[in-house]
Amino acid sequence: MRISAPYDLKNQTPRPRSVQKMWRRDALRRAAPLLTLLLVLAVWQLVTLLQIYPALIIPAPLTVLEKFIEVVSDGRLWPHLQATLVAVLAALAFGSFAGLVLGYLIAKSPLLENLLSPLIIAFQATPIVAYAPLLVIWFGSGPESKIVTATLIVFFPMLMNTIVGIRSVPPGLRDVMRALRASRWQMFAKLEVPAAMPLLIGGLKMSATLAVIGAVVGEFIAARAGLGYLINAARTAFDTPLVIVAVLTLTALALTLYSLVGLLARYALAWQRRAQRGQ
Amino acid sequence: MRLALRNLSVVYPAPAGASFPPLPALGPLSFGLAAGAFVCVVGPSGCGKSTLVRVLGGLQTPTQGQALLDGQVISAPSRRIGLMFQDTNLMPWRTVLDNVALPLELAGISRDERYKTVHAVLPGLGLADFALAYPGELSGGMAQRAALGRVLVQKPAVLLLDEPFGALDAMTREQVSLDLLRVWAQAGQTVLMVTHSIPEAVLLADRILVLSRRPGKLAADIRVPLPRPRTLEDMYNEVFNACARAVRAAIEGA
Repeated sequence: MRISAPYDLKNQTPRPRSVQKMWRRDALRRAAPLLTLLLVLAVWQLVTLLQIYPALIIPAPLTVLEKFIEVVSDGRLWPHLQATLVAVLAALAFGSFAGLVLGYLIAKSPLLENLLSPLIIAFQATPIVAYAPLLVIWFGSGPESKIVTATLIVFFPMLMNTIVGIRSVPPGLRDVMRALRASRWQMFAKLEVPAAMPLLIGGLKMSATLAVIGAVVGEFIAARAGLGYLINAARTAFDTPLVIVAVLTLTALALTLYSLVGLLARYALAWQRRAQRGQ
Repeated sequence: MRLALRNLSVVYPAPAGASFPPLPALGPLSFGLAAGAFVCVVGPSGCGKSTLVRVLGGLQTPTQGQALLDGQVISAPSRRIGLMFQDTNLMPWRTVLDNVALPLELAGISRDERYKTVHAVLPGLGLADFALAYPGELSGGMAQRAALGRVLVQKPAVLLLDEPFGALDAMTREQVSLDLLRVWAQAGQTVLMVTHSIPEAVLLADRILVLSRRPGKLAADIRVPLPRPRTLEDMYNEVFNACARAVRAAIEGA
């Protein structure tokens, strides 16, 4: 977060007390997430120190850290991370592309909407874990089945947001474009896409985290590699520290993806931030 | 360019299965506008003024009759017709520069050339320092002037304005109106402007068309004998008042 002073530092003489207070408040705000993390670690450490639960159930933070260093240095973690990452990225690419294209067509064609909406609603209403086994039967236990699972889960928010985004293009702006004899392509590239961009980015944000869920669900059901597979394998071997390492790696993966989309949003929607500041 | 309406009417069909009949919105209406005329259209709300602008702009087809531009039937939008609405319809993701340049961009004019044109237009609109601002950062009057700039770079022969200053406060409104008069005095477009302000109509127009209650028909055609160029001072003389009174009487009798 940026430090944003409510006055111009160069041109005004600030009252020293309030400035100090403000700096303190700002520092606290920025340190807050870190404090939460430290608190969680402290409680965790305390629970293991007091031996409330056996180490097999709740291993100490340091044990987990050691396990992490071990699996990173012996190269055991990397292939699983890679397998999941590839599935997630492939699903994000396929799912959001399909959602964009179909969403645009549906937004433009009421007939297509009537034809497809029962199928889409039924699909979306069914929990993904319920039909994931079916996908494994069809696509096998290789990477394909989890890519398909994750693609399906990515597809819906992208589809919905695209439909809503394209339909929410202000009619007044359409009139302006029509009055200027804009071509179909110009209408699409210079009006519909930028007007729908906030919703498209919103869809992508949802999709980014859902893609990780989809991939792990796929890996839980049947896989030969991946962080979901690693969790299952470690659990059956009673290797709780490894389970925790895999879970935290997934967390890091999901957060990284989410932040990347956030960066994209900062760039693509810079005008929104400018306009909000101006008002 | 000359504008003309020949027996034009617009009826909005009832939606399928609706319990109400088709809605006649406008006409039949016939009138002609000389090239370079400044004409204001006033009338009670719901009399089809906006529909009239949309039909003349080629955004909507009339149910019957025709709208003509220099004798040619208007059946689609034309780049020679500039349209402006109460809503500025600026694209919030484009800077003022890129918003004003939009007509040139859609016409395939190179970036350097269109920026040069726009930079030449902005100072006259008081927007020289705001080329890189986004619409969300502008005041209402500035945004409306940017919308005017976008219409002007198109170099239209006809300006159709649908309550363009309706959302502005009285002071800003007068200023932007005078800006518009100045632009018109230089380029001599044919202007048809819908407004709900009688003083504004008298101040700006050569001729005021009063429409009746729905479906809007021509209720009165009033000439404004004030000399040009006009200033805000004109609003305090007898001719102005007499004209405004005549327009008001025509609206109330419509």
